[in-house]
Amino acid sequence: MALSITEACVNCWACVDVCPNTAIYASDPVFAIDSDKCTECLAEFPEPQCAAICPIECAIVDELGTPLNPLGSLTGIPVEKLQEILEAAAQGQPA
Amino acid sequence: MDLPVISNTAPAASGGGCSSAGCGTAPDALAHLPDHIRAKVQDHPCYSEEAHHYFARMHVAVAPACNIQCNYCNRKYDCANESRPGVVSELLTPDQAIKKVLAVAATIPQMTVLGIAGPGDPLANPERTFETFRQLSEKAPDIKLCVSTNGLNLPRYVDEIARHNIDHVTITINCLDPKIGARIYPWIYWENRRIRGEEAAAILIEQQQKGLEMLTARGILVKVNSVMIPGVNDEHLKEVSKVVKAKGAFLHNVMPLIAEAEHGTYYGLMGQRSPSAEELQALQDECAGDMAMMRHCRQCRADAVGLLGEDRGAEFALDKLDAMEIDYDSAMARRKEVHDAIIGQLEAKRARSAAPVKADDLPTPIPHGTRPVLMAVASAGQGLVNQHFGHAREFLVYEASPAGVRFVGHRKTELYCVGGDSCGDAGEDGVSADSILDRTLAALAGCEVVLCAKIGFEPWGRLEAAGIQPNGEHAMEPIEAAVLAVYREMHAAGQLATPASGQKRA
Repeated sequence: MALSITEACVNCWACVDVCPNTAIYASDPVFAIDSDKCTECLAEFPEPQCAAICPIECAIVDELGTPLNPLGSLTGIPVEKLQEILEAAAQGQPA
Repeated sequence: MDLPVISNTAPAASGGGCSSAGCGTAPDALAHLPDHIRAKVQDHPCYSEEAHHYFARMHVAVAPACNIQCNYCNRKYDCANESRPGVVSELLTPDQAIKKVLAVAATIPQMTVLGIAGPGDPLANPERTFETFRQLSEKAPDIKLCVSTNGLNLPRYVDEIARHNIDHVTITINCLDPKIGARIYPWIYWENRRIRGEEAAAILIEQQQKGLEMLTARGILVKVNSVMIPGVNDEHLKEVSKVVKAKGAFLHNVMPLIAEAEHGTYYGLMGQRSPSAEELQALQDECAGDMAMMRHCRQCRADAVGLLGEDRGAEFALDKLDAMEIDYDSAMARRKEVHDAIIGQLEAKRARSAAPVKADDLPTPIPHGTRPVLMAVASAGQGLVNQHFGHAREFLVYEASPAGVRFVGHRKTELYCVGGDSCGDAGEDGVSADSILDRTLAALAGCEVVLCAKIGFEPWGRLEAAGIQPNGEHAMEPIEAAVLAVYREMHAAGQLATPASGQKRA
């Protein structure tokens, strides 16, 4: 049982400071979670702390790769709008 | 030449207010303050339109984490060409930050202030923030420290702030009503949970107000920043202004929302508009009845370096610091000399211009009730009309009326990052001169005159066509004198008897 960090991460350190297990460390290109240390905060808190403070959608995922903060869940920007932007970015065009 | 220069705070204010020939706002805006507070802020570039021409500040980006989300912020954004809060190019550890501060303070001896402002919330990064302050007060005790915060963690760290001799704290307070707050803040991280909606806003507001009271009770200066969001909190900010003043904040700084779609913020993408310069000024005027307002805030980046409105951060990138050889002790001695000399200059200027002006002394006073006129000024500093129109990246706006001349704000012409063009990606062409001029005209809406050192033939025609009179006849003169002289000329020519006509909204 461990969470992990995707490349959506912006390296803001917020999760590092709140992890009760000091499981998160700076890595390249983004922060990483030590799966031996991560408990998903099951014993400690009602919700995993990294996911509770992370400002970036889809940056923290569970073992199945499911984001704890899915697209549209943090900023309130409609999913369709976000997808448009992501697609534009993938094509190398400004959104 | 003696001139009546009226207070920024309210036309009724008189006496005590200094009629500096500088920018005319600082001493006036701060005139209501007790002497010991004024002494603290006189060399702080962010608190005084006058001081910002002389003293430099820097921000160090040691605080990346944040504990709330604001709808005007996008945590993913970073662009070297941007100049706005929350944006930063290079994150620093406290050790790197100290190295950078000492290098900057040695190279730019006008530096008086170090601020920590992000790119996240400094108090959501307490260890990195306070370690930076601790080391700096040890190594450069002459540098003033200040910190900006959203206020959520403020009550918890007030004692720590007091211990580090931080005498200026800025709290961003956008509302007192959780219903409004829920439209600005989608969530906060509080007591190990992500909390949303009005519940989140209520907690944030409570902590901000508590923090404000605790700081002022300890004698720490508090400035309140508010972001003006049309249709969301614009009306409400008048109430905010009253309340924060009652609780002891010494300045209220109402800033315009920055919301461009390309910034990827909620407001930017959802089409929330920014206030016009005129709307901002109107709100600042309304709030000014209650307390001193800041008119010259340049909404700096979280890693800005140098004088306000300029950013020399690139000169002090980490890879360049190692190559610098610095004698820290002599740098500090040099700073003291430079600071003392500037303070001496400012005081002399103040003494010169503080002599009372009797109405009788003035040639043909302008009758009471004559309409006021807004004028834009291109100035590179020193309180003079001394910049070429085409070189101005911003204009200072003054209002002339029968009561005198007052500084009412500044207007940027190169509005922040203009996206793909200036970022150099997407292979697009640069911004054409025409579109820059269009933007300048739009930024000058409401002004009837532009004072500058020189101006080209083409912009002259475009300005006239837009109902704005260019004027290069007062080059190198003190701003207030020039503005008043032009106001008198307009009066003499009968132009003030009629409403501002011919003014087309660009």
